[in-house]
Amino acid sequence: MNEPENHQKSPLEPHLKELEDEAIFIFREVAAEFENPVMLYSVGKDSSVLLHLARKAFYPEKIPFPLLHINTGWKFSQMIEFRDALIKRYELELISFTNPRGSSENVTPFTHGSALYTDIMKTQALRMALDEGQYDAAFGGARRDEEASRAKERIYSFRTPDHRWDPRNQRPELWSIYNGMIRKGESVRAFPLSNWTESDVWQYIRAEDIPIVPLYFAKNRPVIERDGMLILAEDERLELAPNEQIKQMDIRFRTLGCFPLSGAIKSEARNIDEIIEEIEIATVSERQGRAIDRDQAGSMEMKKREGYF
Amino acid sequence: MSELNLAKQQDLTKFTLKNLSPLRFITCGSVDDGKSTLIGRLLWDTKAVKEDQEERLRQDSRKQKDGLNLPEFALLLDGLQAEREQGITIDVAYRYFSTSKRTFIVADTPGHEQYTRNMATGASSAELAILLVDARVGILEQTKRHAMIASMMGIKQFILAVNKIDLANYDRQLFETIETEFSEFALSLGITDIISIPMCALKGENVVNKDLEHMAWYEGPTLLEALERATIRSKQTVGFRMPVQRVCRPNESLRGYQGTVSGGAVKPGDSVVILPSGIKANVTNIITFDLVRNAAVAGDAITLELDRNVDIARGDMISSIDARPLVGHNFSANIICLAQSGIVANKRYWLKSSSKLQRVVVEPISVIDLKSGQYDACDSFELNNIGKVKLRFEEEANFDIYDENPDTGSFILIDPDSNNTIAGGMISAKIEQVANIDNFNEEEIIVFSMSLVEAKKLQQLEGFKEISDKVQQTQTIKSKLRNLLSDID
Repeated sequence: MNEPENHQKSPLEPHLKELEDEAIFIFREVAAEFENPVMLYSVGKDSSVLLHLARKAFYPEKIPFPLLHINTGWKFSQMIEFRDALIKRYELELISFTNPRGSSENVTPFTHGSALYTDIMKTQALRMALDEGQYDAAFGGARRDEEASRAKERIYSFRTPDHRWDPRNQRPELWSIYNGMIRKGESVRAFPLSNWTESDVWQYIRAEDIPIVPLYFAKNRPVIERDGMLILAEDERLELAPNEQIKQMDIRFRTLGCFPLSGAIKSEARNIDEIIEEIEIATVSERQGRAIDRDQAGSMEMKKREGYF
Repeated sequence: MSELNLAKQQDLTKFTLKNLSPLRFITCGSVDDGKSTLIGRLLWDTKAVKEDQEERLRQDSRKQKDGLNLPEFALLLDGLQAEREQGITIDVAYRYFSTSKRTFIVADTPGHEQYTRNMATGASSAELAILLVDARVGILEQTKRHAMIASMMGIKQFILAVNKIDLANYDRQLFETIETEFSEFALSLGITDIISIPMCALKGENVVNKDLEHMAWYEGPTLLEALERATIRSKQTVGFRMPVQRVCRPNESLRGYQGTVSGGAVKPGDSVVILPSGIKANVTNIITFDLVRNAAVAGDAITLELDRNVDIARGDMISSIDARPLVGHNFSANIICLAQSGIVANKRYWLKSSSKLQRVVVEPISVIDLKSGQYDACDSFELNNIGKVKLRFEEEANFDIYDENPDTGSFILIDPDSNNTIAGGMISAKIEQVANIDNFNEEEIIVFSMSLVEAKKLQQLEGFKEISDKVQQTQTIKSKLRNLLSDID
């Protein structure tokens, strides 16, 4: 018999406890107010925290909505293994969606460039998946500290029927009273982790013992250097240019996405304590390794207006 | 290396064991007093800005005129393209930073008058307000307006940041004049907790690091020290409140009421009353993912199990029996109008408070003239108007006074035509409806008569309190009553 996972732990620090309570409140509020919610699950560390909080929010009930994974087909294979094991272990309902244009038109990060590829395989894919499921609310793990345009986003972020975000015309959000009134076809993106920082996420993962993809921990791995980024060379889908050479290095990832677009960092942080220590003295932000944020200034706001998470 | 930096290095091994709750605060003041610069400086000096963000910041910064070779801090906060283009803050931005003692959530709010509503939005969840003034200019009308709004939204702690003091030759007398002027004004609003700090946000003097070179005469805390010492309002003193967010039924035998405790505390064995039904029950279990608890306090997100099956739905309030919220059909409130469409009298709006959505009619009473501070009678509200209203509910509502419990005393108004949030409001009182035979439903009425002493005893009884607003109570003398009663069969 399995050991029960929920057990009396030492109490959380006050600031983590407050963030946890706030997130649980948001989960319950959305689940009660909307007819057909879904939770975006990207397999990353923020998603892991989000999932843990959702399980806590509804306990002793199961999570009353499915998880949606927008799978570009180019995720790290370790992410997919981790995802499948977790879904089985927690008996979750998972919908994995891939934009069919990926295979029909052979859209890859190598052939189409990161901007177009991201638009088709992530933004458009997400819109298609949300339309298909007719979801009126979608939880996401975005945090306001990630990026300047996210700092302005509401906890209930209103979207038009074509999934657009109008940053200049957002509903005011006072206290913790959220306005969930929408018309048919409109939807809300809900962000329970809005007030969390990267450091909070890691401290919470440590305090609550939350499982995460092993790629977050440093290990000696094969990499190539491309456009100033360290790309993991563990995947047969990666084609090497003639001048590129595989090197072995102690690396880890601060964020996980599609493997050809996610830059690793050199690191010796092999466990959570060491990761937290590393972040505390880090001099670059976590999104620095993301190729898609570097396309142009204000690039996140543009993508978000179009419906990106 | 700055002191803070040193402290941070030394702390690394046992870092971030913060025993204080996070502090939520806002910055406000007039345009160009340097709000965004101040927060930028706080983020910068507490190392919340990373190298790649700095690099982008430097790329985006316009030519610097101050010769300090510092990036334009405001760009850290003004994240929307329209804001960068216009060089102003339009929307509230939330930022996060921490020291070894505490974590902070700061809402940077716009200074322009047409964005007053955004300032109110930021103020709604804040415990403290930093009011910025330009030392050369002093207290402006907009400064007073923001102090007024912040105070109305329930903020009790203020920091008066007298900025750009370097451009006023670090003049101590000037600082003290501004300090006195503000204190006098603040007192008229009932604000007594004020810390005044002379500073230069751009150069970082008295923000995080103490400036001993130019302002040795200032003996108070730096801004960061003042923030670290700020207190958080306690919600433990009021009666137990838990608005029900949802009912969970994982199996046939368990019915759990999920919600966040928004006042007081609860433990198994406590008797509670469910509003509006008035049914009573006892708490048997407090369930959380981390197993069963023996108590829950304000702020805890929990699942309650009761000892009997009662009809409880989302929006109901579970309350302690002896300290209940105010129950009634009519309340008075302060509101701030957030929408272009305004608020009109006698229109039916949606009111959301504590997970409950109700129909309400709003009767505008008066609007505050932000120049004079006087209330003028009104029959509608326009965008950014602040004033008093009467709320008329179709069904019985329950609230606490906002000053006693902001969680159960606050609400938003939603326009059913646009679905927009058009106002934020704070309950100030219940309007007592005196019971009168004209609004009794049945024809047959029972009249009790008793001595004053006995009547006082009756009024003290718990059961009587519950129905007291449905009983007409009249004091008279024996001879008159004798005549009256002789007419009754």
